[in-house]
Amino acid sequence: MKLLNHTSKYLAILLVPLISIWAFIFYYAMLDEIYDSLDDGLENQKVLLLERLPTNPEILEHNDLDLWSHAITPISKKQYEQFEDRNSDTLMYMLNERDFEPVRVYETKLAYNDNYYKVKFITSMVEEDDLIQDLVVYLIVLYASLMIAIVILNNLMLKKIWKPFHSLMRQLRDFRIEKNHHIKTIDTNIEEFKLLNTSITTLIDQSRARYLEQQHFIENASHELQTPLAISINKLELFLENTKLPADDIKTMASVLDNLGRLTRMNKSLLLLSKIENRQFVDEETIDFNSLTANIIGDFEDLASHKHIVLHLEEHSNLNFQMNKDLAVVLMTNLVKNAIIHGQRNNTVTIKIHEKSISISNFGVAEALNANLIFSRFKKISNDKKSTGLGLAIAKAISEKYGIGLEYRYSEEHIFKLTFF
Amino acid sequence: MKLLIIEDEPEMLENMSQTLEREHYIVETASDYKTALQKIAVYDYDCILLDITLPDGNGLELLKALKLSGKDDGVIIVSAKDSLDDRLDGLNLGADDYLPKPFHMAELHARVKAVLRRRHFEGNQYIHIGNVSVQPENRRVTVDNHEIVLNRKEYDILMYLITNKTRLVTKSALAEHVWGDHIDQSDSFDFIYSQIKNLRKKLEHATINIEAVYGVGYKLETD
Repeated sequence: MKLLNHTSKYLAILLVPLISIWAFIFYYAMLDEIYDSLDDGLENQKVLLLERLPTNPEILEHNDLDLWSHAITPISKKQYEQFEDRNSDTLMYMLNERDFEPVRVYETKLAYNDNYYKVKFITSMVEEDDLIQDLVVYLIVLYASLMIAIVILNNLMLKKIWKPFHSLMRQLRDFRIEKNHHIKTIDTNIEEFKLLNTSITTLIDQSRARYLEQQHFIENASHELQTPLAISINKLELFLENTKLPADDIKTMASVLDNLGRLTRMNKSLLLLSKIENRQFVDEETIDFNSLTANIIGDFEDLASHKHIVLHLEEHSNLNFQMNKDLAVVLMTNLVKNAIIHGQRNNTVTIKIHEKSISISNFGVAEALNANLIFSRFKKISNDKKSTGLGLAIAKAISEKYGIGLEYRYSEEHIFKLTFF
Repeated sequence: MKLLIIEDEPEMLENMSQTLEREHYIVETASDYKTALQKIAVYDYDCILLDITLPDGNGLELLKALKLSGKDDGVIIVSAKDSLDDRLDGLNLGADDYLPKPFHMAELHARVKAVLRRRHFEGNQYIHIGNVSVQPENRRVTVDNHEIVLNRKEYDILMYLITNKTRLVTKSALAEHVWGDHIDQSDSFDFIYSQIKNLRKKLEHATINIEAVYGVGYKLETD
């Protein structure tokens, strides 16, 4: 649930008791005010009556409440002295409504010409049930309009306010540290978003710097290893040339040289991998994969026939693709080499070129390999000592650089498929 | 033949000069930019082996200076960087070849000889060894004046062995030279044997032999 709707939800829940309590207080405050004002009006009636009395003494005969809205009853002096003014509510039958309706009653006393009277004033009162009903209806309307206002406000204003946040999130979702993406922050005058913007910019800059440092570390380390490797290999070669050695010693020396060669190849592969990841292959040209594949097959013929593997090329279409030439060679070489090295003796390695794809398939172990691990660095599938474990990782890195699909699947054969988009 | 090796790593320098001196070249050395610049200015060399990363300057600047002074010494760039840019810059500046470190001694000899051959004979020359003669320009090989037809790999193997004659050439050096760098990672270099076998058959009347050395490599011997 979005934060926006989340706050709205709580607001909606919170508003119910809030408005209810408010309605309660408001109702009684209003009622109090109404009573006050009615009682004032009734008292005023008494004052008016007293003023009119000297000129209209017949008023004292008014005793029908229904007719005069006041009723005067004579009382004894004793009663007069004991009487205290009082306000009260009562019900009266209203002809227009044909029902008993609440009325406010003011009972007081007056003395006129040594006669004592009790006076009862009435006035029609607010109908509480109607008032409550109206109040409830209006409150529901208020609640509904408040909620609509909040939702509209959220969706229009808050959306605008949260724009920097959403823009940042969109960019973070697509962010890949290996790509030189810059996060563009939207200027905002909201303190929290400013903080978020600067924090994320700093975080990304630092991570990117670390990443590059690490990338270059691998590259630099590989570079630095080249010279000692060169010195060792050359010294051994010179030694082999200069010295007459018994056969066993020559074999030992050759084995050392072989291993140094392996080290060199691994080093070169690491260097190549970090160079691909550091985007150092910029030049691109249109590569004719048909002729490239044919050339590579030519290079590997001897290796294949040594393993009694037949390389079989099926060209269903011409395939041209724009990329760096050296990387195209490395990509195809690594896949073909992989198929030959892990291929089954006395069987075939088939390379099929279609309009948008190339598949390289070989027979081998009769079960699917772990497709998740196969392209990882140093995940050797075979126990082949001389494999660097980097060939497929390099192929993957190259295909990713150019958005070429590279997938592995197994159906009788191990199939690596390149898809060119 | 006079060579200059410009290399700041002393042991690397020693290795290279040792192996090249054995070929009876006159080898001079320089281990920094300043010395190298002086030597280039004063003397002429048939081939200069140039390391790009020098403590006090960039080897490519030396190459520029050399070409600016109108000299046409052969130049092979030797670099640990193996970067495409350096390779292209170097070749564009007029270097003859680019040799990434680490390399096999056999490869160094092959490259140096190729440069020397190109510069001194413009390719129009025969290499005679025993009763075999090779014309690098058009890749023709004759045994006792009878032409033998070699495929690309057989020719490359023969030339590589001739260039490194009487020196042990390891299988990996041979494989990398003839089949290319990408042949690495193969489970062994034994696959080169079939081409060697074919080549031996074609050279059966020649007075040169391709000898296998304890399964380590090959050596070309003359009878």
